[in-house]
Amino acid sequence: MPTDVENWKSEVYGNEVRDRLFEFAEAGFDSIPDDERDAWFERFKWWGLYHQRNGQEGYFMLRIGTPNGVLEPGQLRVVGEIADEYARGPGTNPVFGDAYADFTTRQSIQLHWIELPDVPAVFEKLEENGLSTQQACGDSWRNIVGNPVAGKDGQEVIDAWPVIRDLNERFKGNDDHANLPRKWKVSVTGSADGSGQGDINDLAFEPAYKAIGGDGGEAGDDESEGDGDENGDAVGFNVRVGGGLARNEPRFARDIDVWVPPERVPDVAGGLSALFRDYGDREDRYNARVKFLVDEWGAAEVRETLQEEYVDFELESAGRDVREEYTYNAGEGERNDLIGVHDQKNGANFVGLNVLVGRMGAADVLELADLAEEYGSGEVRLSQRQNVIVTDVPDDALDEFLDEPLLEHYSPDPSPFMRGSVACTGTEFCSLSIVETKNRQVRFARWLKANVDLPADVDEFHVHLSGCTASCAQPQIADVSLRGMKTRKDGDPVEALDVGLGGGLGEDPGFARWVTQRVPADEVPGAIANLIDSFAAERDEGESFRAFVARHDEDELDAFVEPEETDYEDPMLHNTKRTWYPYAENDSMEDAPSTPADD
Amino acid sequence: MTTRLRVLDDGAWISVNDSREVRVSELWRVDAPDLCECALADLVVENFQSVGVDASTVEARVYGQCIACGATGTTGWIPLGRVRGGEFVEFDRSAVRRVRR
Ligand code: HEM
Ligand code: SF4
Ligand SMILES: [Zn+2]
Repeated sequence: MPTDVENWKSEVYGNEVRDRLFEFAEAGFDSIPDDERDAWFERFKWWGLYHQRNGQEGYFMLRIGTPNGVLEPGQLRVVGEIADEYARGPGTNPVFGDAYADFTTRQSIQLHWIELPDVPAVFEKLEENGLSTQQACGDSWRNIVGNPVAGKDGQEVIDAWPVIRDLNERFKGNDDHANLPRKWKVSVTGSADGSGQGDINDLAFEPAYKAIGGDGGEAGDDESEGDGDENGDAVGFNVRVGGGLARNEPRFARDIDVWVPPERVPDVAGGLSALFRDYGDREDRYNARVKFLVDEWGAAEVRETLQEEYVDFELESAGRDVREEYTYNAGEGERNDLIGVHDQKNGANFVGLNVLVGRMGAADVLELADLAEEYGSGEVRLSQRQNVIVTDVPDDALDEFLDEPLLEHYSPDPSPFMRGSVACTGTEFCSLSIVETKNRQVRFARWLKANVDLPADVDEFHVHLSGCTASCAQPQIADVSLRGMKTRKDGDPVEALDVGLGGGLGEDPGFARWVTQRVPADEVPGAIANLIDSFAAERDEGESFRAFVARHDEDELDAFVEPEETDYEDPMLHNTKRTWYPYAENDSMEDAPSTPADD
Repeated sequence: MTTRLRVLDDGAWISVNDSREVRVSELWRVDAPDLCECALADLVVENFQSVGVDASTVEARVYGQCIACGATGTTGWIPLGRVRGGEFVEFDRSAVRRVRR
């Protein structure tokens, strides 16, 4: 039996949702018939609008998909202006105030408290400035991710930015690919650092070299224009399929033994998305992601079906990849992230700034937009660690830029605990969440910074907090993974976190192992402090945390964790899900605001 | 009179007659021999898998974890509450629920 969501999608979905959305916006929130609300909320996702959770009736999260995290000059200012004007609601966050933007783990931007009647004006302003919410949520091509500094990175093997732009143009608003069984997350990376995080996407293109011989066909012969290595091998991409972290079923994308030249990426990507459209499971949403199809079929059958039914040229076998050079989120080596000052190909610099848990107030967004214009080209880019990157800063402007007061808050050289923090949305706005996340992670990071010293040679330590198993904060690929749970403390239910250790990407990615379960949230900072003490005391010389975890078994690791109350205080231990807004003075559901009046 | 039942928001809510009524993230005491061996499981409700109705009792299959023993999995049909005259009344959150066999 098809699911409700499939039924709703088969009635109206994709581009055509827009007209109805605008009609509802015109007539007001209450014009959506009660018995059609769930169907329309599901369809609105395709246009980037996600109705916020119970108690916040009539308010929406709005997601802007910025391909590869690239904000062209001027676009960040537009985001800041929209946040300032429209992203204010009845709830005020005690850390971030009103009107903020969230930079996400998939290089997108989320605004909250958006009211339906404002949507046409917001869309108009976004679209006038080359931004869009199309397919930012829903069952289709999501925002395409990659190395955010594509085209500029000194470590680049191939420039993936034109490829991503091309894919974005072809597959956004494309009716043939508008209604897939589930979300479809694509990563295209041209740099040798692994910063596109292809391994955890449904479809990944990763840089690879291929000797194109006499019988291999003409692919890549002329288009790669001198790109290539010293052997004259062509540069293109290897293809992996079926990664994803959600639902306690994490998978790394599987190698399907295909190399493509850049100009054929759209054919292969479109072929695989069509394969998913036709063969993915529409009966059971929990089994719908392509990762489960790859489980069932195996990589070889995916390749064979792609070859026989979806492309009209002979696929090449996989080329020589550069995975041994991957450092991003790898847990050791240089460039675990893109924070700090780095060389661009053209001699200028890109400067990665740390945004704690990805959230920035509108005033700061606007100031950052000014600084990007003053010191760089005006362009700003977003990383998959919820951080921002100012590009095109010339050497002679660098010192002055680094002295700007805004950079005290968004530092290019932050404490390891500030730098390593990633957190999802959590109970503040999200229905699925079991615990509060962003404000808690801010408190954790500040407490750890003040109270814990890492060994002197360790300057990065990643702690990712997700409110549930959907894993939006990518917890399984961090040094310390935290995931929302409940437990009882002195008999009463409290918010708790499962603790996993030693995950990361790199050449040989590995998911964190869940070693300690249901630690009451107020004992988590103490647990991390004790863990780091044990690590410092027992590590081999120069050993990374990830390597340290790898050589211990789960019981040993569980013993290192040692949950403990400290002077850390957690004001969100009670069930924040039962509130209409966790930080409101009168937070019970009975005090929830009424739906915003149309104005 | 038919009752409209739905699992919404990727498993976060049970909706009865177009109103979100039962949410994830609660702790329930459940007699669930198919999930674990505890006499009484202390179940963190993480996700609703499916919803149905037996006479006037609304029931759901739940993915979650027993925090008494650590077992994780999907339960059989757990009663959530009753529909009377089109109105849903949830069972008391602290009540013991018994999986239908
Ligand atoms: C209203 C808030 C949100 C809801 C309801 C939501 C819902 C979900 C769900 C249901 C999944 C599971 C995916 C699946 O199996 O298809 C998921 C995964 C994910 N979401 Fe969210 N999400 C929200 C906010 C966010 C935020 C704030 C971010 C980024 C910071 C984000 C990024 C991701 C990522 C990266 C995954 C990865 C897991 C995967 O690919 O399997 N989402 N989200
Ligand atoms: S991980 Fe769970 S709680 Fe966090 S934003 Fe995603 S769906 Fe919500
Ligand atoms: Zn049990």
